[in-house]
Amino acid sequence: MRGNVIQSDSMAAQGYSSGASTGGGSTTNLGDILERVLDKGLVIAGDIKINLLDIELLTIKLRLVIASLDTARQVGIDWWEEDPWLSASATRRAMARAGDGDGELEAENRRLRAKVRELESGQPSKRRDDDRD
Amino acid sequence: MMTVTDSPGIWVYAIVDAGDGLTLPKVAGVAGAEVRTAPLGSVTSAGLTAVVSDADLAEFGEDALRAHLEDLDWLAAVAQEHHGVIEAVAQLGTVLPMRLATVYASEASMRAALTGSEPGLRAAMGRLRSRTEWGVKGYVAQPKDPAGGTVPEDSADAGAGMAYLRRRRDALSAQRESWRGASDGAQAAHAELARHCAASRLHPPQSPQLSGRKEAMVLNGAYLLDNDRAAEFSAAVAALNDSDPRLRLELTGPWPPYSFTAADA
Repeated sequence: MRGNVIQSDSMAAQGYSSGASTGGGSTTNLGDILERVLDKGLVIAGDIKINLLDIELLTIKLRLVIASLDTARQVGIDWWEEDPWLSASATRRAMARAGDGDGELEAENRRLRAKVRELESGQPSKRRDDDRD
Repeated sequence: MMTVTDSPGIWVYAIVDAGDGLTLPKVAGVAGAEVRTAPLGSVTSAGLTAVVSDADLAEFGEDALRAHLEDLDWLAAVAQEHHGVIEAVAQLGTVLPMRLATVYASEASMRAALTGSEPGLRAAMGRLRSRTEWGVKGYVAQPKDPAGGTVPEDSADAGAGMAYLRRRRDALSAQRESWRGASDGAQAAHAELARHCAASRLHPPQSPQLSGRKEAMVLNGAYLLDNDRAAEFSAAVAALNDSDPRLRLELTGPWPPYSFTAADA
């Protein structure tokens, strides 16, 4: 899990002008920075005309996905598959990540999915999912 | 259209008030460029000052910039450098952060563009003085066992298949309910948090791609706080977090006031 959810009161009590430490809060991440510098902030037309909206809305988010795939796989987040409860692989990884005794549920899910496949195909299952472990 | 000459372009980070007695911190700008101040109006009176650095138009000119912005590594580095300068300057006094990639062909051209806006900039500066932006993001709290009970391992095949479908349906409906509950909680939380601050803004919830989180975001608020109310605000966030199990709140900041530079702030 990511930490630093709520900062301590003593930290929050300091605005910039009362001398908060340089570098800002530990909660700052790239997504938050991109959101602010691309989408907020003072807009005054420069000589260089760039439509950040074109870039921001599609390309960056898409690229964020691609660039983060490996990291996300490592921590078991399968957000590109949208719904972890509909995705066997995502559920397996999410459960493995939770690691809090839901392993049984995970195993059971896998068995049930194998059985559904079996029923749908009308053939005995090779239990490939189980073999993989 | 401006002709590109040998003189470097100007990248603008922020507008500050020279009356704040500015001594720029040691911080590198985009592409490692040296950061300096450039007074907007008459140099004789302390007034609005732009924080700028030279920007080679071969890299930061229109075509080059457009190409570079498609490169996430480049963008991430520049965004962090831009933000880093603004954050360092924000330690010194009131700051108006500029949107990324505000680039002029020359200092004279920048001055011409910004000087006319001085009254508006001063008004914004006045609203932001002794105030800081904080962010609060709210996520759907993860249900403990969204799939419900368990199915005996050795059920008949057909029974297990039915049970699987039922679980799937239940899980989906539980997920919808969590989302709805968290969303209601987020609205109430925003109303409560807004009572503590000078201004607030609701931004669109970030997509999971941007937030990097699996849980759906239901609140993405920005709050402009008087500096002496930050502790009170932090406590309010913590209290809301404790009181509503449907919602998981996260406080971020302090931020330079990116969300409150617009005239309607």
